[in-house]
Amino acid sequence: MTKRAAWPGLAVAVAVLALGLVLALTVGRYPLALGDVFDVVLAKLTGRAPQAPAVVESIVLQVRGPRVVAAMLVGAALAVAGTAFQGLFRNPLVSPDILGASSGAALGAVLGIYAALDVFAIQLVAFAGGLIAVTAVYAVGAAIRTRDPVLVLVLAGVVIGALFGAGIGVVKYLADPYNQLPAMTFWLLGSLAASNAADLLPLFLPIAFGTAMLVALRWRLNVMSLPEEEARALGVPTRALRIVIVAAATLVTAASVAAAGIIGWVGLVVPHLARALVGPDFARLLPTAAILGGGYLLLIDTLARTVAPVEVPLGILTALVGTPFFIWLLASVQRSWS
Amino acid sequence: MNLEGRGLTIGYADLVVGTGLDVTLASGEVLALLGPNGGGKTTLLKTLIGLLPPLAGVVHLDGTSLAALSLRERARLLAYVPQVHVATFAFPVATVVLMGRTAHAGLFSPPSAKDRAIAAGALARFGIAALADRPYSRISGGERQLVLLARALAQEPRFVVLDEPTASLDFGNQGRVLGEIRALAQMGHGVLFTTHDPNHALRVADRVYLLREGSCLAAGPTADVLTRERLQDLYRAPIAQLIDSATGAVAFSPG
Repeated sequence: MTKRAAWPGLAVAVAVLALGLVLALTVGRYPLALGDVFDVVLAKLTGRAPQAPAVVESIVLQVRGPRVVAAMLVGAALAVAGTAFQGLFRNPLVSPDILGASSGAALGAVLGIYAALDVFAIQLVAFAGGLIAVTAVYAVGAAIRTRDPVLVLVLAGVVIGALFGAGIGVVKYLADPYNQLPAMTFWLLGSLAASNAADLLPLFLPIAFGTAMLVALRWRLNVMSLPEEEARALGVPTRALRIVIVAAATLVTAASVAAAGIIGWVGLVVPHLARALVGPDFARLLPTAAILGGGYLLLIDTLARTVAPVEVPLGILTALVGTPFFIWLLASVQRSWS
Repeated sequence: MNLEGRGLTIGYADLVVGTGLDVTLASGEVLALLGPNGGGKTTLLKTLIGLLPPLAGVVHLDGTSLAALSLRERARLLAYVPQVHVATFAFPVATVVLMGRTAHAGLFSPPSAKDRAIAAGALARFGIAALADRPYSRISGGERQLVLLARALAQEPRFVVLDEPTASLDFGNQGRVLGEIRALAQMGHGVLFTTHDPNHALRVADRVYLLREGSCLAAGPTADVLTRERLQDLYRAPIAQLIDSATGAVAFSPG
């Protein structure tokens, strides 16, 4: 195997995203022609009146449009966070869910819903919850010295995740069973159904900021994936940089959890697919993972809308894909890394 | 230029590994660090390059305390070659060597054309330019050691510190790596390496430093210090001395 050029892998990722976009905009209870969708989007961009019927314009701009943008943002965020966590913890098996970022952010967001906070405030509480959970997992992993620190890290993530899950249970138990509880339950299972144009900016800003931070640090991320002492000997201030990277990856995870609930496995599966496409160099891996993650979640979300008479929660679909993938990965890692 | 440890107590917060250690490494010379397992070789090596703070004493680089330099400044002066390992991710060899340029680039800046040229030069210097596009995880142990040496060279340091560079290599690759250690010194670098084989010190080291149970047993010019009696004392084991009748060259054999 030799090093490949970046563009074929990137082209595959862009093709997946394009396919996801076309399907997400045209398929559904009210099927649309691709030409009509283009017409509406072009008309919106150029400011002229669309030729397509008003109902088409309304579906594209008010119903599917915001949901498509939200799906791309959430998918990209989870993929970028997973890529960064895997590099930072030097382990291809970790992901935002496994390290507790998702459950921490979910507890924060559930508390935000319980206290009836606004969207920005819920984002903030979710970020704080995610940061606390990842810090706790990392502290436990660092305190217990064994021959297999990564195993301890993953187990600590499971345990801390369970603790935060219990916290979510407490909030649900206390919540108003007629209004808040159903909202929390459906939201926790992962859904983009509630996406609307007004919520896109609070979703976009933290994801854009965190992703930009990670992309800016892409060359350092390469070095950070070496053993700690080696990275320090190469001149990288690992302790300070680790805090920045964990904060950035947790920020994008928390933003996506606050918007769409817990959509597991995307942060594990997509970085692997992206690495298979363009290799491990973060300079090309991060953009590819972001594009592929956006396309992947668009496809999953379209499936969720159309596969059954009622919407299937996204977390259920991603788990159906992710669980066998993880088991396969575990088996192949045993073969090649031990 | 000198890398100098004075009155060092080395170890970890809860464990003192060695005391009263004085070590000097000058530019252009090779110093070999020998001693039994658990004697403190790796700890001393990590203290000298600033990966571990000394519990007492100071490490100086030409009179400047190592503790006063940032990690980045240190990395421009000292290169560390760890024991060969398998990377978690299959970076291409060229990328691994390019990582040696980290301390010469800004925090957010991509590697420059100059960085890439220097990395390519380092690969060529060790005769492994053909490996540039191969994944680091799929080359042999000997090749990995050369890649790590190339990365150290790309760092453009004044001193190169190697942790057991010949361990786990076959006989041919051991000789090759020893030759490159000598070459690094001829290029003006100060080179410090640890080894379990006194013959490797005889072959390339100007001076040796014998470390037993955390204290210095002897230090000085290789031929003076490495005698059969002293090695038996160092390892507390019988050692045979072999002499090549043609050249008079000396080698040691355990048992």
